[in-house]
Amino acid sequence: MIKTQNLSFQYGSQKPISFPDINCESGEMMLVLGQSGVGKTTLLHLLSGLIMAKGGTVTIADQDLSKLSHKKLDHFRGQHIGVIFQKFHFIKSLNVLENLTIAQKLAGKPIDENRCKELLDNLQIGHKVNSKINELSQGETQRVAIARALVNNPAVILADEPTSALDDTNCQAVLDLLSTQAKQSGAALVIVTHDTRLKDMIDHKITIS
Amino acid sequence: MSVLKLAWKNIVSNPLNLLLSIILFGLGIGLISFLMLLNTQLSENFEKNLADIDLVIGAKGSPLQMILCSMYHIDNPTGNITVDEAKAFLNPTHPLLSMSVPLSLGDSYKRHRIVGTNDGMLELYNVELDQGKLWTQDLEVTIGAGVARSTGLKIGDSFKSSHGFDDDADLAHDHSAFKVVGTLKQSGSVVDQLILTNPSTVWAVHDHTADDHDHEGHDHAHHDPPVRSNEELLEHPEKDITSLLIRYKDRTNYRTLSLPRAINENTDMQAASPPYEINKLYSLIGVGTDAIRWLAILIAFVSAISIFLSLYKSMKERKYELSLIRVMGGSRSTLFMLIVLEGIILAIIGYGVGMIISHGGMEVMSNFLQSSYRYDFTGLRMIPGDAWLLLGSIILGVVAALIPAYQASYTDIQKTLSEK
Repeated sequence: MIKTQNLSFQYGSQKPISFPDINCESGEMMLVLGQSGVGKTTLLHLLSGLIMAKGGTVTIADQDLSKLSHKKLDHFRGQHIGVIFQKFHFIKSLNVLENLTIAQKLAGKPIDENRCKELLDNLQIGHKVNSKINELSQGETQRVAIARALVNNPAVILADEPTSALDDTNCQAVLDLLSTQAKQSGAALVIVTHDTRLKDMIDHKITIS
Repeated sequence: MSVLKLAWKNIVSNPLNLLLSIILFGLGIGLISFLMLLNTQLSENFEKNLADIDLVIGAKGSPLQMILCSMYHIDNPTGNITVDEAKAFLNPTHPLLSMSVPLSLGDSYKRHRIVGTNDGMLELYNVELDQGKLWTQDLEVTIGAGVARSTGLKIGDSFKSSHGFDDDADLAHDHSAFKVVGTLKQSGSVVDQLILTNPSTVWAVHDHTADDHDHEGHDHAHHDPPVRSNEELLEHPEKDITSLLIRYKDRTNYRTLSLPRAINENTDMQAASPPYEINKLYSLIGVGTDAIRWLAILIAFVSAISIFLSLYKSMKERKYELSLIRVMGGSRSTLFMLIVLEGIILAIIGYGVGMIISHGGMEVMSNFLQSSYRYDFTGLRMIPGDAWLLLGSIILGVVAALIPAYQASYTDIQKTLSEK
């Protein structure tokens, strides 16, 4: 689960941004809404420990991120946080399966190809195991991104605008997929988006302004 | 999927990008390796063929030319000396000499020199008979292993010689043919490339040529009994030989030490010490090989810069991937290691290309080198220098990767990932 308290951040000498507190338990889903430019991505990076907060705390699985050294934080992130980026970044020289196994390796976990294949099967892209990333369709790429976020059974899944590029049907489908997968693996799911269609689909939400 | 495997995949997934730097690096390493290979085999050649010969005696002229002619068979004679002039040194009872081997030079066959000599030649170079027998009669020859290989001559075959080292039909001697009666075992020495016969065969062939203009003495040339041993030579004081290869009984004897000077000052012949002349030659050609070596090091250095540039470029292109590795749990040192490993892999591939260039090139050039140096060259052989070169390549690869690796490990991942 993930929890924040009095989180704030400041870019250089700009006005500091304050974020409302977040509290999302294991198996739960939560929406962080906000217009473009209000600091949604900044919040996501704070939650994943890519940047350090100016004030306040981020606690994931009972661990205060600010208490970790650089190296330990990298390691912790790999083990406990799964991030689904808005742009689907992958390692292009690797195929689908290798993109998942490297996530296991980098998180310091044993490589378990069966677990990866099982995940891909669950997401109905088991037949793409040996495909190159650039051979996949948009929808398939998104599923691989979800699989990679889940592969290490993280405590928290952070999703950045997972639906903004999709039509209504696919928007609903991806949300269902995310929530089912998160529930199955007992992870807290935090979706950061400006996509107002999601507003009515998720009860637990906060808005940044 | 280890970091090493990832580095490997990164390189093989985009080979065209790296082709230039690999070829450049391979060229530099190849050139250095080729020089080392050539140098090793050349100096082995020179040293093996020293054959404990203490002194060469021949006609006055350039002592280096005489050594290159009489011991390495890569130059023309300085001239001839008569048996009469050399008789003291042909005498088997000479108190200072343990061996004295006469050489009569003049003709060749397919760039293999025909040497008129006797059994002492085989003893000097430790060469043994392989098949057939040693030459006894005039025009009988026993050929070195390299000659048999490159000319295809077999026992029972006949051939005609040509004058000097030229393989020119116009200069071919018009006389009865040489006959192969035996082949010698491979020894690694210059004898492998020689055709051995009696001194009197060489006389016969040359008198015959002279007879084209002057028929006097024609009959003698063919009907004299063969001359082989030093004793037999002494019976023909008017005849010519080219040189004498001498081994001393005792190198430290003061009379031995003054022998070369005595010959040079008191006779029309000259005496030269092979190790001395060869060292002089080394110091002369050393300047040239030094220049090429520096050129090769320069190429290797430039290619290291090109590895640096390719790594830097590919690192910049992949900064999203590098940030992603951090997000997935990789640390800064993981990124550093990744780029350094890519540098090492590039260097090792370049080293492989270089080895193919140098050893392949040596193998291709070995025929050409063989005919100009009278020695078997091979590219199918690794030398200790190759291992040092591998170490040097890896170090260059690491050094070329240091700056890109440092930059990669300090990429601002938050900024990279925020860029839309």
